[in-house]
Amino acid sequence: MASGIRTYHEVDEVPSDLPDQIAAQDARVASRLASVRHVVGVMSGKGGVGKSLITALLATAVARRGGRVGLIDADLNGPSAARLLGVRPGRLVDGPDGLEPAVSPTGVRLMSMALLIEPGRTLAWRDAADAGFVWRGVQERGALREFLADVAWGRLDLLLVDLPPGTQRLAELHGLVPELAGAVAVTIPSPAARDSVARSLDLARARELPVLGVIENMSGVLCEACGAATPLHAGDAGRELAQRFEVPLLARLPFDPSLGAAADEGRLDAWWSEADGAAADLAALADRLCGPDATDDAEPTAADGGEAP
Amino acid sequence: MKFLCVECDRQMAFEDRAVPGDGTLAAVFKCPDCDHRTAMLANPMETQLVSSLGVKVGGRTVPESNLEGIRTGVTTGRDEVFVEPSSTRPAAVRWSVDAVERLGHVPSFVRGMVKKIYTEYARERGIEEMTPDVMDRARSDLGLEGM
Repeated sequence: MASGIRTYHEVDEVPSDLPDQIAAQDARVASRLASVRHVVGVMSGKGGVGKSLITALLATAVARRGGRVGLIDADLNGPSAARLLGVRPGRLVDGPDGLEPAVSPTGVRLMSMALLIEPGRTLAWRDAADAGFVWRGVQERGALREFLADVAWGRLDLLLVDLPPGTQRLAELHGLVPELAGAVAVTIPSPAARDSVARSLDLARARELPVLGVIENMSGVLCEACGAATPLHAGDAGRELAQRFEVPLLARLPFDPSLGAAADEGRLDAWWSEADGAAADLAALADRLCGPDATDDAEPTAADGGEAP
Repeated sequence: MKFLCVECDRQMAFEDRAVPGDGTLAAVFKCPDCDHRTAMLANPMETQLVSSLGVKVGGRTVPESNLEGIRTGVTTGRDEVFVEPSSTRPAAVRWSVDAVERLGHVPSFVRGMVKKIYTEYARERGIEEMTPDVMDRARSDLGLEGM
């Protein structure tokens, strides 16, 4: 430097401990997840496709089959997993080994912002400088890190992370969990959803993030009288995405009023006993996600054959 | 960010931190050669940015609490959501009426965490009774903004 003052990189007598603090945060996550066999993100580039319902169904499927499963509702601003799983907000035990998660009637261990904020209130952050938009993303990433690291998940076969809409969300999760087993992408049949989800999958591919496959929700509506499926949306997004990104189409779920009612009542388990087709595909996926290697290629499902469920 | 004593051409070392409670932060750095001190005064935006990362300028003074960032950052948290395990032994630190009254001003969403930090501070120093004075000292010593 012309003034003779050393530059930033030339001054290194006192190392900053901020990188150490960040490394300690990462180590805390890794330590907590050491007892979790697989972490899987459920993502979609588009909101309103039923991603949270699919996540809750997968968690329920694992629990029904005797698996140890946890669910992180990472949709901090629109949490719905607690309602879907029939979990009523109550007190959480803050123990020395971590915060005990809520447990659903079917045995799914859950952490969600819905358990922490006042009912009916929106998530609001302290904002000393009235410029929360600047660091909102950092705060939300920090909240997800704390859900991963500070909750006493115990031994799990599978930890599902219900990611909020957005193309970057999977990459953020992967940054926190480098050992991420993979992601499941959820879409509905419409071209608009296809294009949004394609952007998320494109980003995942560009970053070499593992994608386990695609689930198509609202694949037609079932006639309650005769059981025939009628298209609900124009388009065939699930199959198109699977082909384009060379991943399995894992399941196709028709719109089912009985499922909607079960979801509203937090009784997904009750729906399961009455279901077939799509439920069988989800159960197979649950088995695979809890298997020795969640990233193994799946056996082709009924959905792969192109038949409407 | 680093601080260099231009006279001595030595990097200044972190010495102390203060959080006045108005959203700002003061960090004091000292030259190891000439003992010259300088204070870095961070405005609320800068302070919040560091806080959002979950890191502390000058290092952590207390172990990280569970959901610390959420509990200190969220303003719409549910009252009394966090409880201690029933097996937790009672703290050996008495809380004076004034200290309890002051603790009552802390939002309940974060109150349990704050009480635990203060109690641990007193226990480590052999202090038998928590008073507002002890709380002030803990707040200053530990750099507990808004607690």
